[in-house]
Amino acid sequence: MKITQKDVEYIAHLSRLEVDETLIDKFAEQISNILQYIDKLKDADVSGASLMAGAALQNNVFREDIVKKSPGPDVTLSNAPERHEDFYTVPRVVG
Amino acid sequence: MDLYELTIKQAQNGLAKRDFSSLDLVNAMLDRIEKLDGDIGAYITIDADGAREAAIEADQRIENGYYLLKNESFTDNKSNSNSSNYRYPLLGIPIALKDLLCTIGLKTTCASKILENFVPQYDATVVSMLKNAGAIIIGKTNLDEFAMGSSTENSGFHITRNPWDREHVPGGSSGGSAAAVSARMCIAALGTDTGGSIRQPASHCGVVGIKPTYGRVSRYGLVSYASSLDQIGPITKDVQDSAILLNVICGHDPLDSTSANVEVPDFTFALEQFKTDGLKGMKAGIPKEFLSLKGLDPDVENAFNKAKETLERLGVEMVEVSLPQTDYAVAAYYVIAPSEASSNLARFDGVRFGLRDNSANDLIDMYKKTKSKGFGAEVQRRIITGTYALSAGYYDAYYGRATRVRTMIRDDFTRAFEKCDIIISPVAPTPAFKIGENIDDPLTMYLTDIFTLSTNMAGLPGISVPCGFSSKGLPIGLQIMANHFDEMALIKAGYGLEQTLDIKEKFPII
Repeated sequence: MKITQKDVEYIAHLSRLEVDETLIDKFAEQISNILQYIDKLKDADVSGASLMAGAALQNNVFREDIVKKSPGPDVTLSNAPERHEDFYTVPRVVG
Repeated sequence: MDLYELTIKQAQNGLAKRDFSSLDLVNAMLDRIEKLDGDIGAYITIDADGAREAAIEADQRIENGYYLLKNESFTDNKSNSNSSNYRYPLLGIPIALKDLLCTIGLKTTCASKILENFVPQYDATVVSMLKNAGAIIIGKTNLDEFAMGSSTENSGFHITRNPWDREHVPGGSSGGSAAAVSARMCIAALGTDTGGSIRQPASHCGVVGIKPTYGRVSRYGLVSYASSLDQIGPITKDVQDSAILLNVICGHDPLDSTSANVEVPDFTFALEQFKTDGLKGMKAGIPKEFLSLKGLDPDVENAFNKAKETLERLGVEMVEVSLPQTDYAVAAYYVIAPSEASSNLARFDGVRFGLRDNSANDLIDMYKKTKSKGFGAEVQRRIITGTYALSAGYYDAYYGRATRVRTMIRDDFTRAFEKCDIIISPVAPTPAFKIGENIDDPLTMYLTDIFTLSTNMAGLPGISVPCGFSSKGLPIGLQIMANHFDEMALIKAGYGLEQTLDIKEKFPII
């Protein structure tokens, strides 16, 4: 699969990335090479093979929903780039 | 012997006999780091004050007799099978951590500009386990950003040089941990392995590294790259030290739902097993597909054959096994890992932690500017590849097929392990390559993971044990793989190989 610069820009948008203009050409070429290699998966005979989610153990894990003490806003928000009192702040979302 | 040269085992002996203090050990490491790390670049953060403080506390405990609760001696001729029963099995031992493991109050960057100033509010479970065992965290080691890479050249801060030859990479992504152990700037270290990131740098730096079975070690507090593949493990100077560290870090953790609730044996007992029984009766599989691969370096092939012959002399019977999906493993891996990464790394959006770009006008723009400013090229490449593979119209062709191939890879191993106890192979097709050699060719870099990534896909454990050198004097490791939760087999065979090969020049002379 070959992808164009436009594809890179579109997928970057879906990924919430803004790829540096000087890198887009290079990315299109490199990612095309990677996808071309990955395309060999199309030759694999996967009939009868199930989708694999787990690695070593295949059981689901449940636990009781137990309420625990919160560490509190000062600990929780200690890495916030910006905060207002006990809230994270972000740029305006609605006009 | 200088203090920095000691293994965990030797340091424990010395501490128990009061030959030196934990503070002496820590100071010896800090001096060594001061002297060498400007050039090698193994560390991102060095916690000199924290390490000295912890050492003083450890020395107090040693004075109070805590070190020797059960036995009075750690001497080598005595069975150490009770070592995991000690209250502080790693008391006073300085250990380095890959900077992908959260440490409370100590910067954890993942070698990314996006987390340059991130200070976790909690310890990863493995870090708590180490601290509870009395270990001292001396610093955080360099890696490929978010563990994405095989050379540590993708670090957002600086490269790490191979201590054996500074013009070469140390491997990756746990290149900082492997280089720090090899240059003896710590006694032992933890790394993480998603496609070979413990075993490959261990091989390139001439040290021992174990990727445990998926689920053996809690991933709580490990910053996720590809959650279904990531696993934490030891990087150490010898096999015995890896067994000692595994004893401390393995075990079920309710905070990680993929952590396995299975019994943890005393891994050091595998050494005793070798001492009494050798390797007689053990069968080693050699995958025929691995040896017909193109691009296998002749030096690597020689070292592999020598290791194979050594194992045979110890009584191991070689059998041919087949892993038919080998040809598809790299392709499937480079769909699954970036797909999981594209989802895992969505959290770094400038809201709750890390970098935020303030020039943006709206929320979406803020996300985009933050991520593209914070993530390096390889991380962005993998996020884009993963997003593409998961996007509408391509999901079945890429992610769907890749997960089915993954099932087939696991089934291949299940069939192979019906015929053998361990599987052996090279760790990487070549010795450490030159700095800059593959940096602009990500696909070539990906293909170097061919021998290691299948075990991650199947959730199996693997070890890298030094088994020789290239003609240029770069170390080469042997990979031994075993069935799920059979790390004992790896350690037994790895220890047998290490003791028999008895490589004279184990560490670079620096």
